[in-house]
Amino acid sequence: MMEAEVKEPNRAVTRSQLVATSSARGTVRRVLRKLLLSEYFVLYLSIVYFLALWPFIPRIASPQNLGNIFSNMWPLLAIAIGQTFVLIIAGIDLSQPSIMALVSVIGAALMTSQLDPVLFEKSPLWGIVFTEAGGPLAGAFLAAPVAIMVMLLVGALIGWFNGTAVARLKMPPFMVTLVGMMFFSALAIYLVKSENIIHLPESYVLLGQGQIAFIPYSFFIVGALAIAAQWLLSRTVLGRWFYAVGANVRTATVSGVPVTRVIVTAYILSGVFAAIGAVFYSARLAAGRPTLGATLLLDVVGATVIGGTSLFGGKGKIMWTVFGVLFFVLLDNSLNLLNLSYFWVQIVKGSVILLAAALDVARTRLLARG
Amino acid sequence: MSDAILTFDHVEKSFFGVRVLKGISLDVPRGKVLGLVGENGAGKSTLMNLMGGVHAPDRGQMLLNGAPYAPRTPSDANAAGIAFIHQELNLFTNLSIAENIFIDGFPRLRWLPMLDRSHMRARTKQYLEAVELHVSPDTLVEKLSPGERQLVEIAKALSFDARIIIFDEPTTSLTARETERLFRLIERLRSDGASIVYISHILPDVMRLADEIAVLRDGELVAHGDKEAFTINRMIALMVGRAIEQLYPPRRSAPTTTPVLEVQDISQQGIVEAITFTLHKGEILGVFGLMGSGRSELARILFGLDEHARGEIRVAGKPYTRPSARRSIDAGMAFVTENRREEGLLMDIAIAENIGLVALPRYAAATVTAVNERRYFTEITDVAASLAIKGGELRQQAVKTLSGGNQQKAVIAKWLLDKPAVLIIDEPTRGVDVGAKYEIYSIINDLAAAGTGVLFISSELEELMGVCDRMLVMSNGEIQATFSRDEFEKERILRAAFRENAA
Ligand SMILES: Nc1ncnc2c1ncn2[C@@H]1O[C@H](COP(=O)(O)OP(=O)(O)OP(=O)(O)O)[C@@H](O)[C@H]1O
Ligand SMILES: [Mg+2]
Repeated sequence: MMEAEVKEPNRAVTRSQLVATSSARGTVRRVLRKLLLSEYFVLYLSIVYFLALWPFIPRIASPQNLGNIFSNMWPLLAIAIGQTFVLIIAGIDLSQPSIMALVSVIGAALMTSQLDPVLFEKSPLWGIVFTEAGGPLAGAFLAAPVAIMVMLLVGALIGWFNGTAVARLKMPPFMVTLVGMMFFSALAIYLVKSENIIHLPESYVLLGQGQIAFIPYSFFIVGALAIAAQWLLSRTVLGRWFYAVGANVRTATVSGVPVTRVIVTAYILSGVFAAIGAVFYSARLAAGRPTLGATLLLDVVGATVIGGTSLFGGKGKIMWTVFGVLFFVLLDNSLNLLNLSYFWVQIVKGSVILLAAALDVARTRLLARG
Repeated sequence: MSDAILTFDHVEKSFFGVRVLKGISLDVPRGKVLGLVGENGAGKSTLMNLMGGVHAPDRGQMLLNGAPYAPRTPSDANAAGIAFIHQELNLFTNLSIAENIFIDGFPRLRWLPMLDRSHMRARTKQYLEAVELHVSPDTLVEKLSPGERQLVEIAKALSFDARIIIFDEPTTSLTARETERLFRLIERLRSDGASIVYISHILPDVMRLADEIAVLRDGELVAHGDKEAFTINRMIALMVGRAIEQLYPPRRSAPTTTPVLEVQDISQQGIVEAITFTLHKGEILGVFGLMGSGRSELARILFGLDEHARGEIRVAGKPYTRPSARRSIDAGMAFVTENRREEGLLMDIAIAENIGLVALPRYAAATVTAVNERRYFTEITDVAASLAIKGGELRQQAVKTLSGGNQQKAVIAKWLLDKPAVLIIDEPTRGVDVGAKYEIYSIINDLAAAGTGVLFISSELEELMGVCDRMLVMSNGEIQATFSRDEFEKERILRAAFRENAA
């Protein structure tokens, strides 16, 4: 058949000139673009931020402050890992802070070895779960591990409840977990009449405060969990199902993905990881506190999203969340060192999240342009 | 050739180091219809994306009315009077028609930060009349059929007074009547002075509409001239680089009489009524019907995605109650859905993971143990190669970067990792070029030869007649007639398909 065909005659072009002038600017643009699209973007951002502040707040680089930054990361990371799972399946879990409050109260109520009757007599648990002589596990040999198990279980249960409402009753995750947030934090306050429960076993407190060669226990535990979580996401069938459900539920359904089970599992994981975070926070405080985590919601969602996990689902990595948490902890720390009031801290954090959202849009657009 | 409204001047474009457009120079004629054809992945949509401001060329330039034209965004293109009706429509389904039309610049009330709704409504009404869509401007787009949505897109083009309108495979989800209406509209737009670029794999349509035809192959312009210089066979030869003798591969096997899928009296109020048929091992059974005849709905019920009130389904002799997608898959069924973007693919996820999704659990001992990645990716690569999926690094690139036809092949590929006993395949050749169509028919043939029973749903009668052993004809949710291969006769089949009620 006919092969070679009409080709348009060559047109005289001014292309060569165009190319020459734009090449230098092109290189800069390419590097910027590469940075912006890099997986490590938020890590770089953290480093730049740190270095930029150093001359103004020299204290930020003191060994003690660096130690603070480092040990503040891990409990927050635990919670953010849970949030990452839920964001990947295109959900959101606003109830995490309330889960923390509730489980910290429940765990402490079980373990405490002494309660002040003046403070707790009015508690609905008085005489049923605990008395002046503390909770049912007071002084028991395995008090701390048993209480922790119960805490994780309660976290899982609330997660299961959230997941079931979302997956089976098809309720919007935002509503379900918002209501959960109000309900469970109110419950936590009601159970202990707004009082902190102290006198916790030493082995429990050690979990929050203990170190090995200046490295906090939380680093080892949460670090291992982070690796396990990343492995789950990237290597297993379940992990791939998370992304599939988040990317397109209908395609996932047709392809035989057990969508309901996947969604419920993500919320259970979110609940359990919130409970793990609660263990570290309450151990560090040496108390069960009914308002534990109340200010953390912004940090958790902010850190996860800044890391690069998408609010629209189908996209996210634990490593990104680690970077996001690092950035948030650094931000928090620097704002504290500047002695800003709580309100200013919130205002700055809010702006940073907005900025991150804008960056995310810019990155997505760049990626789409190929 | 004639006066050009837009000129591509040696434009090049690469993605991830792969050159997709290799220096194309082309004149888009003023006030005419330019038909643009080429195989899947030839670069048609990419070329139009340059014009529509979606991508920028790496090299070369565009001239609009003789002046350099370099849109940075689609709204730049709109402002320059260029409208791009995409292969996949881009409307906000949760908004009304009027809101969609004015989405890029809502008219405001003079002194108030509020929308001028009555103005929006009045203008929209006018545009809708121009495209002969007789619905209220307040109708939500989700309530419209694909054909009507397309008319909304065209109305939107009218709203910014587009001088060039690009149609990228506009007929893939239209009924015959909607297609006819679209063609009339295109002809009217042209007589009003608009310049049209019309991309399609349905070559007779291109022959009918176009004044000039341009053929792309592998990112190069291989031919451009007046329509009179082309025939369909010549276009095909230019597109694929060789002559194609046959449109349908020969059957190498005969159907058996062992049933694999027995459907008895399946009914669901208002959807399907008393559907009874048997599909045999190695048989290709066509299901023909017009859009809305209930064929896709039937497929969804058989696969367990939708409910049915009455009736029985047996797969390989075993009755099978409480169907669900997972149970259907475990029973050996596969379902290539008609709507690849909404139900077939995870657009933002890698090509390989899309292909692996159905068979995934087979590559790990349990859902929370590691996937055997070596085996997983090897088998995915093999399937992708056997279907000749072109245009991407399988593990890195998102499936949305594939051309339309290759996306379709990816949807088929995900069902072939496990050899299915029953394959339900709904409109598999939509938006697919002639060569790839042939390949898809060959795949279906091969599966049948290996014993798979294939239920082939299509609204293209010719392809069903070319490929099937037997054909069911549906209309109004009922099977109106069954034809065996020696009874295939276009007239009779169409008559059955247009029948309103069972005889
Ligand atoms: N954003 C992108 N990123 C990476 N590759 C891309 C992108 N867009 C297109 N491609 C590649 O460019 C090639 C040409 O694609 P294009 O969509 O232009 O083909 P087409 O001629 O429109 O095909 P079809 O008829 O199947 O729609 C394909 O190989 C495709 O994979
Ligand atoms: Mg295309």
